Amino acid sequence: MMEIGLTHYLAFAAALFTIGVFGIFVNRKNIIVILMSVEMILLAVNVNFVAFSVFLGDLVGQIFAMFVLTVAAAEAAVVLAILVVYFRNRGTIAVDDLNVLKG
Amino acid sequence: MNLASVTHDLAFMTPELVIAVGAMLLVLMGAFVSKSAYRAITYLSVVVLLVAGFLGVQHAPDNAQVLFNGSYVVDAFGGFAKLIIALTAACAILLSADYLAERNLEKPEYPVLALLAVLGMYVMVSAHDLLAVYMGVELQSLALYVLAAYARDDRKSSEAGLKYFVLGALSSGILLYGVSLIYGFTGTINFGKLMTIAKDTSNVGLIFGMVFVLSGIAFKMSVAPFHMWTPDVYEGAPTPSTAFFATAPKMAAAILLGRFLFEAFGEVVSQWRDVVSIMAVLSMFVGAIFALQQTNMKRLLAYSSILNMGYAMVAIAAGPVYGPSALLLFTAIYAITSVGMFGVLLSMRDAKGKEITKISGYSGLSKQRPLLSLALTIMFFSITGIPPLLGFFGKFQIFIAAVDGGVMPLALILVIASVISAFYYLRVLKVVWFDEPSVEIVGGLATTKVTVTGVTLMIALLTPFIGLIYTASMAAGHFFK
Repeated sequence: MMEIGLTHYLAFAAALFTIGVFGIFVNRKNIIVILMSVEMILLAVNVNFVAFSVFLGDLVGQIFAMFVLTVAAAEAAVVLAILVVYFRNRGTIAVDDLNVLKG
Repeated sequence: MNLASVTHDLAFMTPELVIAVGAMLLVLMGAFVSKSAYRAITYLSVVVLLVAGFLGVQHAPDNAQVLFNGSYVVDAFGGFAKLIIALTAACAILLSADYLAERNLEKPEYPVLALLAVLGMYVMVSAHDLLAVYMGVELQSLALYVLAAYARDDRKSSEAGLKYFVLGALSSGILLYGVSLIYGFTGTINFGKLMTIAKDTSNVGLIFGMVFVLSGIAFKMSVAPFHMWTPDVYEGAPTPSTAFFATAPKMAAAILLGRFLFEAFGEVVSQWRDVVSIMAVLSMFVGAIFALQQTNMKRLLAYSSILNMGYAMVAIAAGPVYGPSALLLFTAIYAITSVGMFGVLLSMRDAKGKEITKISGYSGLSKQRPLLSLALTIMFFSITGIPPLLGFFGKFQIFIAAVDGGVMPLALILVIASVISAFYYLRVLKVVWFDEPSVEIVGGLATTKVTVTGVTLMIALLTPFIGLIYTASMAAGHFFK
């Protein structure tokens, strides 16, 4: 049996973080997908925090993770509200239509 | 940590408590008193900010006070920054009153959200560990996203809010990832402890994390190459919100970056000087060159703020000995001038009360509104850095800091960028003073007028007192040594 150590968690979090960042930039379809990518970035950070916290035997990382979760919830609430307003004005949430402001 | 030490520490946080309690009371007032309470809430929030600003300075102890087990610090550096943040935010709220009322947007949420954003900035300015940094940044950003999307029937405004959110959330993610690396490779998130640990430069994970955090804050500061959101958000957001974005949050982010690098990584300047220098050069060029082709005043000012944040980065690159005072003086003067420029922008209304944002709309302003043109001229001269106006001293101080701090090439690029930027500021002034009037321009309404006059007088009349401001910023900046 292979032991799952800190490196595995870090690699996993780094992969999750990268996928999240790419999800924001490569995605051309839907703004909701961007929100999911943002959540993914925050969860990658949480994996990092908790893994480090266990590895270091220090509680700060887990407390930090709690704060990140709370802020992520607040962030989702704010952005969904903005998204509803945006949809009312434009009737679409496609990323390609995000083009009134340019120059 | 016992109750006595909590109350002792809380006493130092009076300015923050004033804002927090003030914001909550005003929310209740907005909820229970009728809609007509909007004006009262706006003025009350200005009063709250002024009280908090002056308490921030008055409360700043001679020696830095580290509170709450090292997660918060109250000192003269932060006190000075807080005063300017509160002042410019108060001006921005005053500017919003007439604009929002004219567009049926006069809801009590606006000043309350602005207050909460300022609370976030206070936390950013005083943060002494990375958790406080994160909470401050998020409190500020969440309020600002809403302010950007505030004109809810305007497609531009909601798009601006969405764009601001996406890039803002990405930057928070980058910042957080950096924080997690710093935490993992050192076992602490406290600036004071990091300072001793960072001396060991072989800790690659720590340096990696530091660059991530630096990039995250650079996003908030709108420093190139992280500036993409700035012109779009500035153009789309309602103009008073833009006025707010361009002033206090910029200063708070710059001060935060300064404190983070000077305090936690002050002993290992060589590890971050190159990154900061590259960002400084890039934003000076992006800010100076891309502004040349703008036809919209709000976009022009967006590039102007990118340019000015490039100058602020030069001050940071100058290092913890020469940088802090220059950073403080420059960002303070920038924020004051900037809020004034947006005041002029808000005064530009045509006969129907619609705002004029095209630069061509400014033609012949001097023949219709000579005083407004004079105010705009004073502000543009100040931000270009023409002596004896206030803006000159900020830039001069950065120049000196760059030379003393051993980043001479940056000082030269700063001068070149200033010359290029003078061209586009002067181009607007040419349109204002020498072109023939095209549309009828009606000046701003009461509170806008008062604010513009106030800020112009401040820029013009504070110049003789520059010695005083200079001494204050010097004293405030020197505690890092």
